Amino acid sequence: MDQTSFDVHPPHLYAPYKSTILRSPTRPLMPVRELLKDLTLPAFGESLIGKLDNDLTKNARKNGEPIGERIKVSGVVMDEYGKPLAGVLVEIWQANSAGRYVHKEEIHDAPLDPNFLGAGRILTDREGRYSFYTIKPGAYPWGNHFNAWRPNHIHFSVVGHQFEHRLVTQMYFQGDPLFEYDPIFQSVPVHARELLIAKFRMDWTEPEFALAYEFNIILGRRSSTPFE
Amino acid sequence: MDKLRQTPSQTVGPFFAYGLTARQYGYDFTSIVDNSLVGAFPMGIEIDIIGHVFDGEGKPIPDALIEFRQADEKGRYRSVPLEKADSDFRGFGRFGTGTEPDAGFHFITVKPKALSGQAPHINVILFMRGSLRHLYTRIYFPDELNIDDPILRSVDPSRIRTLIAESSGANRYQFDIHMQGLNETVFFDL
Ligand SMILES: [Fe+2]
Repeated sequence: MDQTSFDVHPPHLYAPYKSTILRSPTRPLMPVRELLKDLTLPAFGESLIGKLDNDLTKNARKNGEPIGERIKVSGVVMDEYGKPLAGVLVEIWQANSAGRYVHKEEIHDAPLDPNFLGAGRILTDREGRYSFYTIKPGAYPWGNHFNAWRPNHIHFSVVGHQFEHRLVTQMYFQGDPLFEYDPIFQSVPVHARELLIAKFRMDWTEPEFALAYEFNIILGRRSSTPFE
Repeated sequence: MDKLRQTPSQTVGPFFAYGLTARQYGYDFTSIVDNSLVGAFPMGIEIDIIGHVFDGEGKPIPDALIEFRQADEKGRYRSVPLEKADSDFRGFGRFGTGTEPDAGFHFITVKPKALSGQAPHINVILFMRGSLRHLYTRIYFPDELNIDDPILRSVDPSRIRTLIAESSGANRYQFDIHMQGLNETVFFDL
């Protein structure tokens, strides 16, 4: 298969996303794969994960339920050969249903929700599965260019056991009209953009409770070395 | 067999703090790790590592997230899972550059020993708004024998200094990361 079809990651420098201009390296990265193949990342114990850490509709309640559309986001974390990865730390953070982040520097004029923080975490089970309940995040404006808006998305951080199994990404929702205007989404090669979009799963929907989305995460090494 | 396509990388964005480094930033959520890699009774030499991440105009970046991963004072990577009430060497830490007055980072750890012919070093993973895929670099020490390290030997000699911390006091080191410019840090491809 053509090597480029595996090159799913965005470039370091993608000028339409203006912050990359002063923050991306200008020299080629040094290949060190052979020297690092045994390097690991830490494992995390269950004691680090609170009982409600994967339920964002409950883990920050003060005086009621968070406002917005309740959803379930689940999937499997696996390697490039389809092998499920157990005990992988999956962390998420997101805006609330109005498109507002809890972050203190956030200045978007949309309401905070006293019952929603927007952060969660979980360890994958033996089959590599994870699952979150949350509120569907709203779109929000940002300063990249005039009238710039981010599509609805959930931020993901994934820590596997091998050093190359570290990933930070964003999950999007099918059919978002903002895709074609968003340089962060567009920074990914066209053929790979679908990999960032969760699938609506009618069969996983919980009647009278929550719509369900599937987002599988595939981890592997970055190196663009053409041969195995 | 055709491999599955990896999930593409995206930027960590500006708002990671309440999810990934909640306690450091004062948010009402727990943190699984912080900037201390040592346990309650550290073995070896306890050290502080401070630094900044500078952009292409030399300005310190106030919304970067840095992770450290390193071996302990005997050159061992921790293999047992991290736990909540953990008094052992953790060997993994995280810090965001949004809480120190000068957008710095600060880690507390022990001087690692590295086995198998490498010089002692700390692995650094770097994320930030404006970075679409994370970067990997290493911190070596000015007071160790680095000459035979296989990674340093393969680096352009004029850039080796970007991988070596400066001593800035007793058991204190400074390591600045430069994204661009004359002192652009060497980053590695995994
Ligand atoms: Fe975001």
